[in-house]
Amino acid sequence: MSENNINITLDVWRQNGPNDKGRFETYEAKEISTDSSFLEMLDVVNERLIDDEKVPITFESDCREGICGTCSLMINGQAHGPNKGQATCQLHMRTFSNGDHITIEPFRAKSFPIIKDLAVSRAAMDKIQHAGGYITVSTGSAPDANLTPVPKEASDMAFDAAACIGCGACVAACPNSAAQLFTSAKVQHLNLLPQGQSERWQRVEAMVDTMEDYFGTCTNHGECYEACPKEISLDFIAFMNRDYVKAKIKNRKLAGQN
Amino acid sequence: MAQTLSDLRNPQPIRKRKKALPFPLNVWQSAIGRKWVMALTGIGLLGFVIAHMIGNFHVLEGPAELHEYAEALRGLGGGIIPRLWLLWVLRLGLIAMFGLHIAAAYTTKEISRKASDGANFMDGQKSYPGGRDYVAANYASRTMRWTGPIILLYLIFHLADLTWGLLPHTDYIKGDPYNNLSNSLGNLPVAIIYIVANIALAIHIFHGTWSLFQSLGLNNPKYNSARKGLAAGLAAVILLGNLTFPILAQVGVIDNDKNECAQFTEEALNTECFEELLSHGGE
Repeated sequence: MSENNINITLDVWRQNGPNDKGRFETYEAKEISTDSSFLEMLDVVNERLIDDEKVPITFESDCREGICGTCSLMINGQAHGPNKGQATCQLHMRTFSNGDHITIEPFRAKSFPIIKDLAVSRAAMDKIQHAGGYITVSTGSAPDANLTPVPKEASDMAFDAAACIGCGACVAACPNSAAQLFTSAKVQHLNLLPQGQSERWQRVEAMVDTMEDYFGTCTNHGECYEACPKEISLDFIAFMNRDYVKAKIKNRKLAGQN
Repeated sequence: MAQTLSDLRNPQPIRKRKKALPFPLNVWQSAIGRKWVMALTGIGLLGFVIAHMIGNFHVLEGPAELHEYAEALRGLGGGIIPRLWLLWVLRLGLIAMFGLHIAAAYTTKEISRKASDGANFMDGQKSYPGGRDYVAANYASRTMRWTGPIILLYLIFHLADLTWGLLPHTDYIKGDPYNNLSNSLGNLPVAIIYIVANIALAIHIFHGTWSLFQSLGLNNPKYNSARKGLAAGLAAVILLGNLTFPILAQVGVIDNDKNECAQFTEEALNTECFEELLSHGGE
């Protein structure tokens, strides 16, 4: 495989801290291998900045294989870059061509305060998880495998929802800064399974109410689905909306939950 | 507002959670509940728009038949309920639906604004200073907040024009809808207002019809592929149906010269004249 090198120009959002105003800074990234990932390209840029005794760009990353949800970045106005179903770490420089101008910004929302440069705090999403993203089971020895039968369709769908890595791309891409796609994936992942049934209605109420403490409202644009590195379906939002109002009706006196 | 390190770990809520009200009201307290209200009132308003359009096709039959239709509306529930009562019940229902629809839209928009503050907020939506590349959000979905107010302004104009008779160009005669309609829509600037407003309405209906399925959770993989098509079809039918009136008035198919009763200016005289015409037609 022949290796190609490209020269690109980066417009990077630099912000010294949460209270700094922030500004764009332009960097020339020369001789970047097209086989490198986007984050590796930023590593190279940072190494050169350090060599020049400048402050490197702060950005988040961890697993670099698209399963941890740590990397973020708005690349040319699209969360996780132009390719569908990819996190930033899975985006390769071969997507771009020589001489391209790339704008890099952090994920933006009121509840995503910028820590530094491109790193944002996504703690508000943890609050949603804490509110109901769990099931109650007795701990102890592991239960027998297949003790609880799960229909294939339900397990497939729950698995699709569970694929959410909680990166926050849905919030960043949403014109309303709504976290509907994230919350619905987390709610439906458990609501679709038998193990999640006993807390189903409390879960959807608690998680949605917490979501609405921090994030905006859904206008069904569908931008979140396009941005999602795990291609979580918009169907989950509809299921969550249905479950939420059902819960409001059912939970009035907590009598007869199902 | 200055952010501290603990704010980063413990972000401040964008709105204070209020004490939960008893059942139907607690639905309104949440944004998802408001979206339900918006969707349900949207269905009601959609029903009105369709019924209004179909009813208006009576104008193609002629002045007396349009008058008969208007009379039938006023006399709804005839013989059981006093004249105008049922019509007023429907009107009050419509006003309530409009009010709830607008209130839900405005308050959810405000929540979204608060959630996006600091993310460079422009034109009612957040924007990225480096530019934003929309992938899925289409023209209709991004302009809901503009087509909505356009429809509201148009509605006020439409009522002032044909219901209250406040505008000078109609030579308004109470109880003679054909006269009012043909005089109003025969006016080119007015016809243009109607055409522009109906295009806005169709755009609004296109996104609204698709969106209401999601808001209500009416989602079934079996039928999901039909939802966008249904929305486009419905918007197209309503656009074409509603545009026939200003266009036919402009080309002269709907023309007050065909209205033999237009010389009277009192409702009672007009009614008498129309009834005579209709009874002759029946012979």
